[in-house]
Amino acid sequence: MAQNISSGKRITLGEGGTALVFAVFALFCLVVAANAHTAAYAFHAIIFSAAGVGAVFLIFSNYARRGDALPALTIGGKPNYNYGPVKFTAIAAMIWGVAGFLVGVIAALQLAFPVINFDLPWISFGRLRPLHTSAVIFAFGGNVLIATAFYVVQRTSRARLAGYLSPWFVVLGYNLFIVIAGTGYLLGITQSKEYAEPEWYADLWLTVVWVAFLLVYLATLMRRTEPHIYVANWFYLAFIITIAVLHLGNNAAIPVSVFSPKSYIVWSGVQDAMVQWWYGHNAVGFFLTAGFLGIMYYFVPKRADRPVYSYRLSIIHFWALIFLYIWAGPHHLHYTALPDWAQTLGMTFSVMLWMPSWGGMINGLMTLSGAWDKLRTDPVLRMMVVSIAFYGMSTFEGPMMSIKSVNALSHYTDWTIGHVHSGALGWVAFVSFGALYCVIPWVYNRKGLYSLKLVNWHFWIATLGIVLYITAMWVSGILQGLMWRAYTSLGFLEYSFIETVEAMHPFYVIRALGGVLFLLGSLIMAWNIYKTITATEAASPAGEAALAPAE
Amino acid sequence: MEKYLSVAEFAQTWGLVYFVAIFLAVLVYALWPSRQAAFDQAARMPLRED
Repeated sequence: MAQNISSGKRITLGEGGTALVFAVFALFCLVVAANAHTAAYAFHAIIFSAAGVGAVFLIFSNYARRGDALPALTIGGKPNYNYGPVKFTAIAAMIWGVAGFLVGVIAALQLAFPVINFDLPWISFGRLRPLHTSAVIFAFGGNVLIATAFYVVQRTSRARLAGYLSPWFVVLGYNLFIVIAGTGYLLGITQSKEYAEPEWYADLWLTVVWVAFLLVYLATLMRRTEPHIYVANWFYLAFIITIAVLHLGNNAAIPVSVFSPKSYIVWSGVQDAMVQWWYGHNAVGFFLTAGFLGIMYYFVPKRADRPVYSYRLSIIHFWALIFLYIWAGPHHLHYTALPDWAQTLGMTFSVMLWMPSWGGMINGLMTLSGAWDKLRTDPVLRMMVVSIAFYGMSTFEGPMMSIKSVNALSHYTDWTIGHVHSGALGWVAFVSFGALYCVIPWVYNRKGLYSLKLVNWHFWIATLGIVLYITAMWVSGILQGLMWRAYTSLGFLEYSFIETVEAMHPFYVIRALGGVLFLLGSLIMAWNIYKTITATEAASPAGEAALAPAE
Repeated sequence: MEKYLSVAEFAQTWGLVYFVAIFLAVLVYALWPSRQAAFDQAARMPLRED
């Protein structure tokens, strides 16, 4: 008995308190499930309840396994980096990525061959489309961002990730949100806001998780032993803070009842549209751009073994980008009830965005000066460099499409879809693949990837897929836009809507083929990552604190 | 409507001044010559290993 006391193992206030909160939460969700207005909502309440029970179980089983003291902040003077949450999100990103690309391929095939809807509501295009967008943006992209943010903030601060349970709350809680959102779409739960489809309860959950994310990030920065906060961290912080603000603004909704998934947004009419696209475009600007620029500013110099080309440019890039992006949203509402000056403002700021975007692209590309030869031998670096080229391409195309007269042709057509995918596949996915190919061997302490040859295959197959995708959508979109505005000599519209759909069919098939190639590439990657993680040889002796890549 | 117009006018004029001023401040900070050494150090941060 005396020995038990002297062992000194005590449950911390954080562990006990968190377990208690989750136990109460699980019970509350059971009550909600019992009184739920719809079966789908009851299902979600049960998932939340099970997650609460699971959290209590995990906390206590971890307590039973852990040593007397919580992990040390430093070992032998070196930071004791916490890579567990990085590993979890990196693998989750890989799995969600393959799933998201697969759903994208199915949705593309449904557009080409509507019979693939099978007349089943759950897998109809209308429900699969948000499943695809959320899976690739928030599930794949989000997990990549959390993994790399948690890696980069530790390495550039030379400090262990703050918190003991909280980083795990962030990564598990975020993925629970993904499950709730995704199953909700299939069951027909949506608030019909693009890229913000989840209903109020999922939004509340994400708010809690996101605040925890911000606090973990800030607390880690405050622990830093480096005097300067590296620029990648600025981009990550801008991403985290802005997404929090956007999420709160665009989801200001009042639920019908705590027992109902349905809610009503407080904004009305054109204000709601404006808030939605303030959110929507800044999801592009701060989730899909700022966060991934954080990846660029760490992983490209690291992989190329070259310093950032111009650190001054990176500072100007950062401030110009975040000041301009936030105003670009109205370009989604050209020729609508939105006041004309607001449309012009959106257009002007979008055009001005050319400058920081290209400044950033130049900074990323020129970081390779003196190391261009590495592109020949390192397909991972090549992937990241091509991603920066796509960043430049899509940030040239975007401002052009935001010009009102161009938008008159491009809006509501497939050109927009092509533009989005040159950014999403070319920039976001490629830089993510590059970062995952880098970070997974590093955190798993491996000498390198299982096969660079497979990375090469992935690179070329995926690149071919992107080219097929975006060229098909350019042709299809411009064709569609021109057909819509064609008049006969008597002033009647020349084509009916269905005639445009018919004309686009071949391009829909090519697009689906491009998607299949992109999916194939990601499967090759998943295999490569799996073999890398399960490889037995380690880069440095186990237990060594610093896990550096072989250099 | 009058209130809307006055708010819109304020945002459209002083907003511009505010942004130009902040951007100039960023330029001064980023381009100040004596910071060159510190920025060169910072540019190498990902490469330093512990």
